[in-house]
Amino acid sequence: MLELALKGSKRYYGWIAGLLAVIGVGFGCYLWQLSFGLGITGMSRDVSWGFYIAQFTFLVGVAASAVMLVLPYYLHHYKAFGRITILGEFLAVSSVTMCVLFIVVDLGQPMRLLNVMLYPTPNSVLFWDMIVLNGYLFLNIIIGWQVLQGERNGVAPPKWVKTLIYISIPWAVSIHTVTAFLYCGLPGRGFWLTAILAPRFLASAFAAGPAFLILLCLLVRKLTKFDPGKEQIQTLAKIVTYGIILNVFFFLCEVFVVFYSKIPEHMDHMIYLFKGLHGHGVLVPWMWTSIALMVFSIILLVNPFTRQKEGILLVACLCVFFGTWIDKGLGMISGGFVPSPLHYVNEYVPTAPEIAITIGVYATGFLVLTLLFKIATSVKEELEGV
Amino acid sequence: MENSRRTFLKIAGISALGLSAKPVLDAFALDIDMLNKKINAAPKNGALTAKRWGMVIDTRKLETEEALKPMIEVCHKIHNVPVHENKRHEIKWIWEEGFKHAFPDLEHEYVNERVEHLPFLVLCNHCKDAPCVRACPTKATFKQADGIVAMDFHRCIGCRFCMAACPYGSRSFNFRDPRPFIAEINKKYPTRMRGVVEKCNFCSERLDEGLQPACVEASNGALVFGDLENPESEVRQLLKTNYTIRRKVALGTGPSVYYIV
Repeated sequence: MLELALKGSKRYYGWIAGLLAVIGVGFGCYLWQLSFGLGITGMSRDVSWGFYIAQFTFLVGVAASAVMLVLPYYLHHYKAFGRITILGEFLAVSSVTMCVLFIVVDLGQPMRLLNVMLYPTPNSVLFWDMIVLNGYLFLNIIIGWQVLQGERNGVAPPKWVKTLIYISIPWAVSIHTVTAFLYCGLPGRGFWLTAILAPRFLASAFAAGPAFLILLCLLVRKLTKFDPGKEQIQTLAKIVTYGIILNVFFFLCEVFVVFYSKIPEHMDHMIYLFKGLHGHGVLVPWMWTSIALMVFSIILLVNPFTRQKEGILLVACLCVFFGTWIDKGLGMISGGFVPSPLHYVNEYVPTAPEIAITIGVYATGFLVLTLLFKIATSVKEELEGV
Repeated sequence: MENSRRTFLKIAGISALGLSAKPVLDAFALDIDMLNKKINAAPKNGALTAKRWGMVIDTRKLETEEALKPMIEVCHKIHNVPVHENKRHEIKWIWEEGFKHAFPDLEHEYVNERVEHLPFLVLCNHCKDAPCVRACPTKATFKQADGIVAMDFHRCIGCRFCMAACPYGSRSFNFRDPRPFIAEINKKYPTRMRGVVEKCNFCSERLDEGLQPACVEASNGALVFGDLENPESEVRQLLKTNYTIRRKVALGTGPSVYYIV
């Protein structure tokens, strides 16, 4: 099936060339980072994780959201999703690829990466994260490929694939749970030290992922002859609605606990993010934008009249995506480091090369996504004879 | 032909996967407790040994910033700690903090005037149950048999999970090559390369040679170092006769550095 990725229009090749150019710039900056060290980023002794780890966290969520297609289709026999589960699985593959790349670019000594496997340490959550992320990547590659190939050849996929599919469902939940455990098990970081972190991560994942998938479905319909389907998009929209409402609800639970208990170690981070602390508040406008986007999207999504209009749904999905991206991709990580455990307010702002590397990783993910979606939609076009 | 190549690739792929999974499986084959067991190496002749090293800092003898300077300087000098101009890249093993930063949970608006302005010496607490040891994915940070939280700079992958885990801000990361920023390299202790984490090691290289930690030696008796599990040790005597505080005890990490205020 790989050959399907090679046959495309000029526009297709142009897009790929563009992505490769962006990847090139990012890679160049990465070589610079590799020779100089992580000092070219905005990270510091106090904010020791920044943009890379934040993007990683956000994308784990996008990856996990494939389960929102797989579960209704395979466990509830919701047939309509059979048409697009492959898109969800391939989105997961490209998201996990980005996650792994973000971890690698964040390492101070990437050549020693294999030490994680050579000296396995089960008491470290990072060890488990390595296992669940790689496992999820392989599961989705194998499942997606086998099912698509079966579909193309007009035969049912081999039986063992079904077993992998059932495994992939709790596995999807595990990737985001373990990722939350990276943060919420650390004693001195009050912002993350909350049992709601993993559920909150999952809720925002099940909002952001399917929202992005709706955007992709609309794009696929526009660019190819394969129509993912109106019903499919509407069902996804309902999932997004539940996801984003739960996300905001969990966030409000957190707000209550933090501000009613008034324990400074938990409260100071929230104050820093939403009001500013000791005159520092670079993230304040972003955080309120995030809240506004999420609330606005809920208004558009809850109302069936607006949700069912695809033009408005598109706007709502953009709001969900960017609202949750700010929440996790900007606030969640650096917010946990400011103020520092010694109560200093040293802010974090990513640098230009850091952003270039980040965009380079995103471009790599989009390249993988483009190739996989090209294959998937070509097979679907073939089957529908259009 | 096609088919056999395919089969070959499949088998090769599965074997490769199996081989890479082997060390992982080995880890599970071990008793889980084994993994957390303290690393045991036979002590050298004349080495100072203990069941659990600890330190008592008598702040009554260290009233000014000037008094702390020699200790900080000697530590950073013998351990090849670089001096970076950019504060973001700063590396420190032992340094001075005000009360409200060293003990943010004890600070209040009517704190005693002397304590409010007292400079506190802070360093790695060599916690009994260290969150950094728990977090490290490669055991580059590990607990020695003598309680010291030690580091293998050559195994560290620079993921900085330990820095997120440490509630005392005791860890520094080499954001760039430290070597050009070391005034005078001490050949008896390794320099680090960019991309690894480092911190105070309670001078375990000096203990091996029968010497007290450098900061203790430079403290004129204000810092006392000894075995916390030996009731006869000087640190235990001091703890018995003085009221001491430790940093963020509520977190349950069990810091091994005590302060007489």
